[in-house]
Amino acid sequence: MASRPRTLYEKIWDDHVVETRDDGTALVYIDRHLVHEVTSPQAFEALRLSGRTVRRPELTLAVPDHNLPTTARRNATGGKIPIDDPQSAAQLAALEMNAPEFGIRYIGDADAEQGIVHVVGPEQGFSLPGTTIVCGDSHTACHGGLGALAFGIGTSEVEHVLATQTLLLQRSKAMEVRVEGLPGPGVTAKDLILHIIGEIGAAGGTGHVIEYRGAVFEQMSVEQRLTVCNMSIEAGARAGLIAPDETTFAYLKGRPMAPKGEAWDRALAYWKTLHTDPGAEFDTSVVIDAATIAPTVTWGTSPEDVVPISGHVPAPESFADEGKREAAAKSLDYMGLTPGTAMKDVAVENIFIGSCTNSRIEDLRAAAAVLKGRSKADNVRWAIVVPGSGLVKRQAEEEGLDRIFLDAGFEWREPGCSACLGMNPDKIPANERCASTSNRNFVGRQGPGARTHLLSPAMAAAAAVTGRLTDVRELN
Amino acid sequence: MDAISRVAGRAIPFGAKNIDTDIIISSKWLKTITREGLGKGAFETIRAEPGNVFDDPAYADAPILIAGDNFGCGSSREHAAWAILDMGIRAVIAPSYSDIFSGNAVKNGILPIVLPQEAVDRLMEVARDGHNIDVDLETQTVTTPFQDRFAFEIDPFRKQCLIGGLDEVALTLERQEAIGTYENRRAAAQDWVAAGTNI
Repeated sequence: MASRPRTLYEKIWDDHVVETRDDGTALVYIDRHLVHEVTSPQAFEALRLSGRTVRRPELTLAVPDHNLPTTARRNATGGKIPIDDPQSAAQLAALEMNAPEFGIRYIGDADAEQGIVHVVGPEQGFSLPGTTIVCGDSHTACHGGLGALAFGIGTSEVEHVLATQTLLLQRSKAMEVRVEGLPGPGVTAKDLILHIIGEIGAAGGTGHVIEYRGAVFEQMSVEQRLTVCNMSIEAGARAGLIAPDETTFAYLKGRPMAPKGEAWDRALAYWKTLHTDPGAEFDTSVVIDAATIAPTVTWGTSPEDVVPISGHVPAPESFADEGKREAAAKSLDYMGLTPGTAMKDVAVENIFIGSCTNSRIEDLRAAAAVLKGRSKADNVRWAIVVPGSGLVKRQAEEEGLDRIFLDAGFEWREPGCSACLGMNPDKIPANERCASTSNRNFVGRQGPGARTHLLSPAMAAAAAVTGRLTDVRELN
Repeated sequence: MDAISRVAGRAIPFGAKNIDTDIIISSKWLKTITREGLGKGAFETIRAEPGNVFDDPAYADAPILIAGDNFGCGSSREHAAWAILDMGIRAVIAPSYSDIFSGNAVKNGILPIVLPQEAVDRLMEVARDGHNIDVDLETQTVTTPFQDRFAFEIDPFRKQCLIGGLDEVALTLERQEAIGTYENRRAAAQDWVAAGTNI
């Protein structure tokens, strides 16, 4: 076929345009919709008030995750343990009621499959390559790790998708982030994406869909790719993509909601066409040399505020932009950091291993490998591991990882979003630091006054051992 | 949503860059199951600072907010738009917005205006001096009592939705036939997509 070479993004986009309006706005079909309890109640209520129904209930999957406590949810006889916060309880109850009322499959707190929506979608094979996936959550970008066009939406759009299975969208620009070469040992997918965000900036990807390209991504596992794409939004991009390949197909085969039998073969034939054609043009290209990337941590209150672990807290004057100088000064004040301090001298009181970015089995294995035979430092007041789903938790327990965490002084929790944003009781106290595998270091994100340092699971484990930010390569 | 074509009045000279939606409305306010009453939680950490612009009586009931680059970055929470609307804001002026926030704003009848930094700086000055700013969506201009006149671009569909106070869901429901045709075509080519949770 002699068609114009297209990017992966263009191919998926073209296959989902129902029609284009005269003004250029496209009506785009949505194949998969994930719903959680925080951003959906108003959408369901709007449907009820207007007497509207859900067009294709089987294309939506509802899973509670943000508000659920990560302590035990059921007593010995299987009865629900009441949730203290009445607002959290009401929001969870609303989803539990709305899902069946509108005919939507619901995976609840008592189900082994429950977890963070962005862990559950790929794990169940609900998220598939070449599909459009949305959720009222900006980290929906995550599913791009499977080669899906996945992005976060607001609650009005949740309602729009429920009622019509479509969204009215403008096509984004295509950005290529090409990483050349391979990073050194001890540099993980999380370090890579933190470094990339530092290069692009928190707004650098605005208006774009990023495709991550290069050998490093080809060699990554699916879980690592999910970590990379997850944080695309922290660079301003609504979605991130990595072309599906044999690694993707092997990951999906046999998952509960993935195609089976001949349908699998037909899907596979299509998925194999999903790559950027040679000669296709990107609107923006960013090239990064992998050799320059070290284990990376954040120092400030924007995910773009990154520095190699060997580096120092920057001085606000070191930034060229006046706005950034002001922002950096404010960030350092909030973070309680002095310019010039070595990052390795920053002591931490809390460790959080979890979130849709880093709570999958490989993440827990990486952290456990560092913690095995070691204990958390005395100054680490609170260290928790929150698996991304009940299935991740079970797998980890089968591998004995829970024992390693418990022996090291960590708490081993039930799955959910937890201290990534502190909507449940898991919060970091004011003026305390947290070495966190989550995705946002915003002011107050992990609790009012909490000071977040983003890093990889291995680096979080290393920080637990020494009680300060630590280069995991030196610990080993 | 309420239709909007002109917004005139005082403007809050905020201007900070990279204001994320956690700052606009923190997660403790997200536990609501309605859209109303979030204004009291808006910009909470900033309002804790003495002398902040949001609690300055000079800007009480201002219908315009002047913000900085990348306003509304981070989370997709529409609560950020609901909170700003509940404060009485109907237009925001900034050099850039996050994609999700600007979409959420439009769907709630808030006009997100993009102007270059120099224009935003000038409007900050006018707002700080206590003068009104006039936003006209029909002509796509922002003017001041001092002959300043800044033209802005807006996507024509968004403009139409804002001026008409249109419900996008109702608009799309009129296209059900086209959606059905697409679904049939897709089912023929890629039957494995349609199964969803029914597999």
